[in-house]
Amino acid sequence: MSALYGEIIAAHFRAPRNFGPLPSPDASHEELNPLCGDRIRIELRLERGRIAEARFGGDACMVATAAASLLTGLVIGQDLETAAAFPPDVLLAALQAPLRPSRVSCATLPIAAMQGAIARLRGAAR
Amino acid sequence: MTLSRALRDDFPILGRAVNGVPLVYLDSAATAQKPRAVLDAVRSFYEEHNANAGRGLHRLAEESTEALAAARETVRRFLGAAGSDEIVFTRGTTESLNLVAEGWAKARLKAGDEIVLTEYEHHSNLLPWQRVARETGAVLRFLPAGALGALPPSPASALSNLLGPRTRLVAFAHVSNAVGTLLPAQEFCQAARARGAAVLIDAAQSAAHLPLDVRALGCDFLAFSAHKLLGPTGVGVLYARRERQAEMQPLLLGGGMVREVFLDRATLLDGPARFEAGTQPVAELTGLSAAIRYLEAVGLAAVREHERELTGRALSLLREVPDLSVYGPPDAAARGGLLAFNLRGVHPHDLAALLDQRGIAVRAGHHCAQPLHRKLGIAGSVRASFHLYTQPEEIDALAQALHDAHALVR
Repeated sequence: MSALYGEIIAAHFRAPRNFGPLPSPDASHEELNPLCGDRIRIELRLERGRIAEARFGGDACMVATAAASLLTGLVIGQDLETAAAFPPDVLLAALQAPLRPSRVSCATLPIAAMQGAIARLRGAAR
Repeated sequence: MTLSRALRDDFPILGRAVNGVPLVYLDSAATAQKPRAVLDAVRSFYEEHNANAGRGLHRLAEESTEALAAARETVRRFLGAAGSDEIVFTRGTTESLNLVAEGWAKARLKAGDEIVLTEYEHHSNLLPWQRVARETGAVLRFLPAGALGALPPSPASALSNLLGPRTRLVAFAHVSNAVGTLLPAQEFCQAARARGAAVLIDAAQSAAHLPLDVRALGCDFLAFSAHKLLGPTGVGVLYARRERQAEMQPLLLGGGMVREVFLDRATLLDGPARFEAGTQPVAELTGLSAAIRYLEAVGLAAVREHERELTGRALSLLREVPDLSVYGPPDAAARGGLLAFNLRGVHPHDLAALLDQRGIAVRAGHHCAQPLHRKLGIAGSVRASFHLYTQPEEIDALAQALHDAHALVR
């Protein structure tokens, strides 16, 4: 399948990192891509205001799955403010594949899920 | 007998390449490609006749008004309606369905009345009814889809069993846009009429693909879009039988639909103009006329036969692809010209992307029919859909690409 989206996406899809639930997450959120019905759930564990662990779940296409696999690695150690503003371009660059415009929302689905988790946490803290 | 491949020369876009290979356009259920006759009709309207219809008294305004009337008459003939006053122009099937829901049902339905739909409905024939039910207290009932999206056993009697003294409307997709199932419209109309319920047919996926006759069917309302019928985007039709139309209220108020206006009140025109406030898209409707004439020249029965053959070929070829599930009826005669499928372990979007690399255009996702996909236990599917210009070799190319995709992921 690497012919389709390149080596990085194929590798992360075949063996996703950080896949599966956390035993007791501090924050979690499932985001839906209304275009296709894909779902990505992001779960976060915090230590002193920083992301200590991030995991994901859900049923999604190769692009969204690979993006979630990469994102959950990239945000480790970030504080919530930084993670909430995670730049889509950074994730798109990490995927190392020129995505067609119709597939960019697949790649950014995990960011939206993570933002939802952080927003929920902030809502609960308020 | 499939239709002559020479028809393809009438569709300029079919000559283009995608990713360096010839386009294989299998997404006609989303929108159909346009023959030159339609493109020429739109262009010549703008070049020779353009003016605001139904308003001015100058020559061009008269020609534009005549073009609008001619379009209405063309649609009347196409649908076998009693009069062209039964043809209301809208922006498309979605607006047509919303017009029946908001303009007819909402004021007429009471708490406890029943609207009968099917599990095959496109969101556009579901959400408007959910709102009507919420706001009137009417109840929605659903004819269940059968196994794998095929028809349930004895569909007409299954439907009859859902109908009761409070059933006010039966509304259904003639052909499921998601899985291709052809619903027995004639029998459904009879069952509804026997109970005194009105009938609305969503003909978005059938109007361009098989012969329709609203009087033979006996429906009250029928909706379709021009763009799936080889015509322009942005225009559609609501057939509303005279008695029902007289019960309808317009969604939009404004110019072109009034008889007399005072500062504090107005009286509205009768007939279709009542529902067509604002400047009408005459160029697009001229295009719709040309599309209908093109379809009629080919012959709707011939189009149906062509697509039935293609669908039969696709069903038998796709059955040979390992790990591929096809949804909907196993028999082409029980389908419209489309089919949906999944390759085990491959997300529909990824499969569609693989096909796109071969120049094969398909739809992937839930096809605006989430409840049906939920019933089938899948998030989405890949859909290949055909039209009169689709050729058997394109079906073969799809089947070969699916074999290759299977080999790639195993």
